Amino acid sequence: MGDVWVYIEHKEGFTSPFSYELLGVGKRIAQERGGKVCALVIGENVDSIVKDAFAYGAEKVYLISDSSFKSFRSDLFTKAACTLIEKYGPDIILFRSTTQGTDLSSGIAGKLGVGICADAVNIYHENNVLKMVRAAFGGRFNVTVANERAFPKLVTVRPKAFEMPEKKEGQEGEVVKESLSLSDADSFIKVLDFLKSSVTVNLVEADIIVSGGRGLGKPEGFNLIKEFADLIGGAVGASRAAVDSGWIPYEHQVGQTGKTVKPKLYIACGISGAIQHLAGMRTSDCIVAINKDPDAPIFKVATFGIVGDLYQVIPKLIEKFKAKLGK
Amino acid sequence: MKVAVCIKQVPDTEAEIKWDTEKGVLKRDAIDPITNPFDEFAVEEALLTREKYDCEIYAISMGPEKAQDVLRNALALGVNGVYHILDAQLSGSDTYGTAYALAAAIKKIGDVDIVFMGRQSTDGNTGVVPGELAAILGYTPLTYVAKIREIDFQGKKIVVERAVEGGFEVVEGKLPAVVSVIKGINEPRLPNLMGIRKAAKMEIPKWSCDDLGLEKDKVGLSASATRVVEISVPPPKAQGEVLKGELDEVAETLVSKLLDLKIIK
Repeated sequence: MGDVWVYIEHKEGFTSPFSYELLGVGKRIAQERGGKVCALVIGENVDSIVKDAFAYGAEKVYLISDSSFKSFRSDLFTKAACTLIEKYGPDIILFRSTTQGTDLSSGIAGKLGVGICADAVNIYHENNVLKMVRAAFGGRFNVTVANERAFPKLVTVRPKAFEMPEKKEGQEGEVVKESLSLSDADSFIKVLDFLKSSVTVNLVEADIIVSGGRGLGKPEGFNLIKEFADLIGGAVGASRAAVDSGWIPYEHQVGQTGKTVKPKLYIACGISGAIQHLAGMRTSDCIVAINKDPDAPIFKVATFGIVGDLYQVIPKLIEKFKAKLGK
Repeated sequence: MKVAVCIKQVPDTEAEIKWDTEKGVLKRDAIDPITNPFDEFAVEEALLTREKYDCEIYAISMGPEKAQDVLRNALALGVNGVYHILDAQLSGSDTYGTAYALAAAIKKIGDVDIVFMGRQSTDGNTGVVPGELAAILGYTPLTYVAKIREIDFQGKKIVVERAVEGGFEVVEGKLPAVVSVIKGINEPRLPNLMGIRKAAKMEIPKWSCDDLGLEKDKVGLSASATRVVEISVPPPKAQGEVLKGELDEVAETLVSKLLDLKIIK
């Protein structure tokens, strides 16, 4: 069996620790299958990424570094990745199921004529077969799929599904550098601008999320949610009902038609817990539900629940947290 | 000028899903099928594009006999033509097989400048078909599109805003392109009664694998590299605790319990 490659995503050279998260599970599978875990790095001036990839456990780095790869452009990055794949033949390639991971993996799949196992929440090797678990129908079922045939086996993995690997500075390994220089004429895409979102915290990577739903009753309700979230260092989420009412932009929506999140703490305020919302957050480590209706389905998935008016409960929680946190 | 829109029939997102866990198949008959919610935005964007740039719209759906319902709905909304990719051999196709069949249909329609589709389906939830389709066709992949700023059909260019992590990327892409759209790009309209009546009587053309010239070893269950080996219901979460008592007391307890988790600093 061959090696396990992990694609290291970045934004014009900038990474977050999560860019390296799959090196942990990659290493385990590589060991189980008798191969190496390798980082796949494509970009410009990415020396620090290569260094960090080794620190997070990569044994080898496959690198294409050129000015044409400064910004992520899925068609150019697909060409670069396919060049390396065709030459070195990895067995498995892991991507995060982010926009970038999805774009690149699907580009490669289309070019090479292989399928993808998308958004896996678990991956393991059993009886010489690679198996992946996906959440189906909003997490109500787990579907395990086996992939014995595809080459390479492309898998996108839900962010935060696995523990972060430990970072050990000073680790080194072999860098396989492939030169590939493409010009702008090789891409059909020109990046003109980036409009930074007013939402500073990325919901998918947030450890704490405070979400508001229909129970807020009015758009101003999100001021209270935001105050609470800011106090405890959380990001603001929302249910579809709140988004559809026009109280908050879509980028905050958690659920089947919004984002899938897995924070350590998820606080649902005035959210009844429709299937469509649960689909996006039920795997959170700790779920707190605050709702007037004691029969609301959200209480079935909650770790802790408070039945009551959120306009009384949240200010009280804010008061208590302020006192205990000394803020 | 032509645009295509790919639509998929999915089980209602609010419905109770039942699996036959023994056989590993979905009990589809028990569920009301709907148009994939993300695809409704794709159809609307195609209609808006036609209003502004005067193009023709062709809707395509791949799926069993019943999938013609979503095409009839598109006809009721006024698309110029529809094609139903229907062949028993396609059943069980993976994302690549699906993208390969859709690509063949788009080539058969011919001279399509933009393929609109939803960012993902709410049943498969993979979100990889748009990217695969673009790669197979050699079209520009423009995914997660939140806004179309401008289309220049003559100059073969399109400028869009893509919703990516942390903000919106403004990109110019060459046409032809595959544009996958997110919720919020528009407000999908509903068909009117006249449209529905007209659509009810229309013939829906069907395309088989042979009509599309598909290589049989690339589609269907047998071509899929992955196979489902187990379907299980995740273990229920441990019974949660509803805190009872006076508000002050309940809040005190919750705050202590949450601080004990050492997540909040």
